[in-house]
Amino acid sequence: MVDFRLNGRDVSVDIPDDVFLLYVLVNDLRINGAKFGCGRAQCGACTVLIDGEPVRSCLTAVSAAAGRSVTTLEGLREDGKPGKLQQAFIDEQAAQCGYCSSGMILQAQALLDRNPNPSDGEVRSALDANLCRCGSHNRIVRAVLRAAKEA
Amino acid sequence: MSQSFTLGRRGFLQALGSLTLSFMVPLDLAYAQAPAKLPGDLKTAPMLSAWLRINADGTVTLMIGKVELGQGILTAVTQICADELDVNIERINIISGDTAIVPDEGTTAGSQSMPGCAPAVQQASAEVRQILLGLAAAKLGHPAEALKVADGTVTGPGSSKATYWELVTGKELEREATGKTPLKPVSEHRYIGKSVTRVDIPAKMTGEAIFLQEHRPEAMVHGRIVRPPTYSARLVNADTKRIESMPGVLKVVRNGSFLGVIAEREDQALAAAAALESVAEWEVQNVLPGHENIYDWLVKAKSEDKEIHKKARSTGGEPAKVIEATYQRPYHMHASIGPSAAIATMGSNGTLTIQTHSQSVFETAPAIAKMLGLDPAKVRCQHMQGSGCYGHNMADDAAADAALLAVELPNRPVRLLYTRDQEHKWEPYGSAMVIKTKAAVDNQGNVLDWDLELWSTPHGTRPGGEPGNLLSARYLEKPFKQPVPRNGGPPNYAADRNAIALYDFPGQRVLLHFITEMPLRVSSTRGLGAYANVFAIESFIDELARASGADPLEYRLRYLKDKRARDVLVKAAETFGWDKFEKKENRGRGIAFAQYKNYAGFCAVAMEVEVSRRNGRVRVIRVSTAADSGHIVSPDGISNQIEGGVIQSLSWSLKEEVKFDTARVLSEDWASYPILTFSEVPPIEVSLIDRPGEPYLGTGEASQGPTSAALANAIFDATGVRYRRLPFTPERVKAGLGV
Repeated sequence: MVDFRLNGRDVSVDIPDDVFLLYVLVNDLRINGAKFGCGRAQCGACTVLIDGEPVRSCLTAVSAAAGRSVTTLEGLREDGKPGKLQQAFIDEQAAQCGYCSSGMILQAQALLDRNPNPSDGEVRSALDANLCRCGSHNRIVRAVLRAAKEA
Repeated sequence: MSQSFTLGRRGFLQALGSLTLSFMVPLDLAYAQAPAKLPGDLKTAPMLSAWLRINADGTVTLMIGKVELGQGILTAVTQICADELDVNIERINIISGDTAIVPDEGTTAGSQSMPGCAPAVQQASAEVRQILLGLAAAKLGHPAEALKVADGTVTGPGSSKATYWELVTGKELEREATGKTPLKPVSEHRYIGKSVTRVDIPAKMTGEAIFLQEHRPEAMVHGRIVRPPTYSARLVNADTKRIESMPGVLKVVRNGSFLGVIAEREDQALAAAAALESVAEWEVQNVLPGHENIYDWLVKAKSEDKEIHKKARSTGGEPAKVIEATYQRPYHMHASIGPSAAIATMGSNGTLTIQTHSQSVFETAPAIAKMLGLDPAKVRCQHMQGSGCYGHNMADDAAADAALLAVELPNRPVRLLYTRDQEHKWEPYGSAMVIKTKAAVDNQGNVLDWDLELWSTPHGTRPGGEPGNLLSARYLEKPFKQPVPRNGGPPNYAADRNAIALYDFPGQRVLLHFITEMPLRVSSTRGLGAYANVFAIESFIDELARASGADPLEYRLRYLKDKRARDVLVKAAETFGWDKFEKKENRGRGIAFAQYKNYAGFCAVAMEVEVSRRNGRVRVIRVSTAADSGHIVSPDGISNQIEGGVIQSLSWSLKEEVKFDTARVLSEDWASYPILTFSEVPPIEVSLIDRPGEPYLGTGEASQGPTSAALANAIFDATGVRYRRLPFTPERVKAGLGV
């Protein structure tokens, strides 16, 4: 049994504690905002926050979340509406297929939490290990800068 | 998921409260006269009811055969429908790519969604509006000309009113389009030409279920497969007993050299697949040429040769000089960020239902039926969105593999997901190519004769209803043979796409060497042959301009007669600041142009680069593009496609090459097949040239080719070295610089 907080509520999952967090989130807890991309911690599509720090959930054992607080894309909504950063991604139309978006948004949220006014270069550097194949990079950077400006 | 996923067409329509649609209303007078030519995909699916339903609850259901791949097609056609039908955009729900419900519009590929689907939706919407107006006229007792429509409410003289939702009972739309209803003038468009929020983006940014990967039908189980170590390997032995008793394992499937497992939980399926891989013994052969030798292999391989273009020169004198060059592109991956997936369920009624992110649901469903020996009417594919695909990736293979597993465990939906290395190593790549160019020029460096020869393996092995095009079908105990691929279509179509230069040279000849043998698995990858052909043409014309001492932009314009082609080139040059460019050390500018397929979207790309002589790195400083895609429906949608195409093409051209030795593919993940990252992406300016009233041309592949050549031309300008072999990695650039 593994207990942790997920997007502000307590959850308890009956699962071997070496199962990777991603599969627990997606299958047991029906979370959509974490995507399988590579299973090798190389692309960032599965990024979630544990106590505010971005982790690659595809290679993080669920036991690493025990007693801690996990935030997924769903957890950034505010009163059922898109949160500030999410709204900025919508406003900038910062996606084509959108498969990498959840990892991008959570990685960017972690950046904004520690640096509320990042430069273009700081955003690029923070997101450099998150891969996008459609070529939405500049839109994503604009969305993060917009969210910072509007905060 | 929505109810529509459990209902067939009839059930679906009944669920919406419409009448049975099994009879035809008599043809009206207008149609009894000679029918006008129908636009786009209405030609093959002329029934209005196939495209549109007006629902009693105040909504409109738009049904299309094209599918969303991240290119924004659902939004663009929704804009068009809202305008022509005169309803607010929020009323429109769209169903796409369900073989049991929507019109068959073939494959979603080749930048054909806007030219094929959009005009059909536009005409169908206009005709439905006219029918509704006729119904309103009868009800209100006023002529249609006296009526006005706003958001589905028809208003007549006095305060008489009727709404679409109360006018329609169902049967009125069960008739063929006439092609005679006029479309609205551009001045009356509310949505066409404006950037609206894409219909799918809010859900994707907030974690609502929208992707196939988030579809979790009741009692779903998890499937994984084990692939052979190489293309030609055959399974010799696999002791599966231990795996069958592993926790959660429901089934181990072995059929010839096809191996798979089904387990209750995903982690159990992963563990079982790993165990299965460890017990499988394979016979392996070394039969590949290796990536270093592929270009020699291509020019020596047996080929079907065809002169696709010949224009004999009637003017000009003796050539003063002949200039030649050879260009090479490696195999590229689609390299979708999410590996392919599918969910298949073998129902107790004998119907196999597959949720898939395939681009070709109408061809993949019958191919799977044939593979399994099922009645094609019993296999239904439903498109759901997946990760961006950029062509024929493994979506169809995943659908087939999910089906192979699901038939072994009826009544349980089986979700099949590939691993990263399975997707990287087994997807059908964009073919490696060699292109040789030769020009005879006069004393002033003007082209007299232009000659282009290209060598390529196929660019199209989509399912096409044939199981042999589904990967695993070739490994079954009774294997299906892959059909010999054709180059398909008219000249300039696939391998030879954009091989005919649009420049008006006095003499021109283009020769295709089409190689049907495939050392690596290949199929349609964004742009097909156009990426390399445009790279070669636009590099070579730059070489000719330089050789004659001419400005590369001016030199192109000498030979380019088409006004729209000239306009995008000039526009890109203007926004780039071509004339004001100040050359700095190790920096350079380049420009290139193409009209995709020679009949679709026009795109010109100008860029500035900086090349490090120390480490060979190419940094793209900035990019300016101009695009003409005909009448613009969504400006931001087009910008997004052009921008994304530039970035992906830069990634291909700077970094990407599928590596393989004599036995196997070596590019198995993002470390061994790196792509462009945030810090390497330059600012990109997109200028759009709108052509109101002109046909929609489609944009998705327009910027791939010009980007690669603009890059090569800029690197030449910076270094004085001409790079003709893609990608321009630091090692290659350093070798060229002699450092």
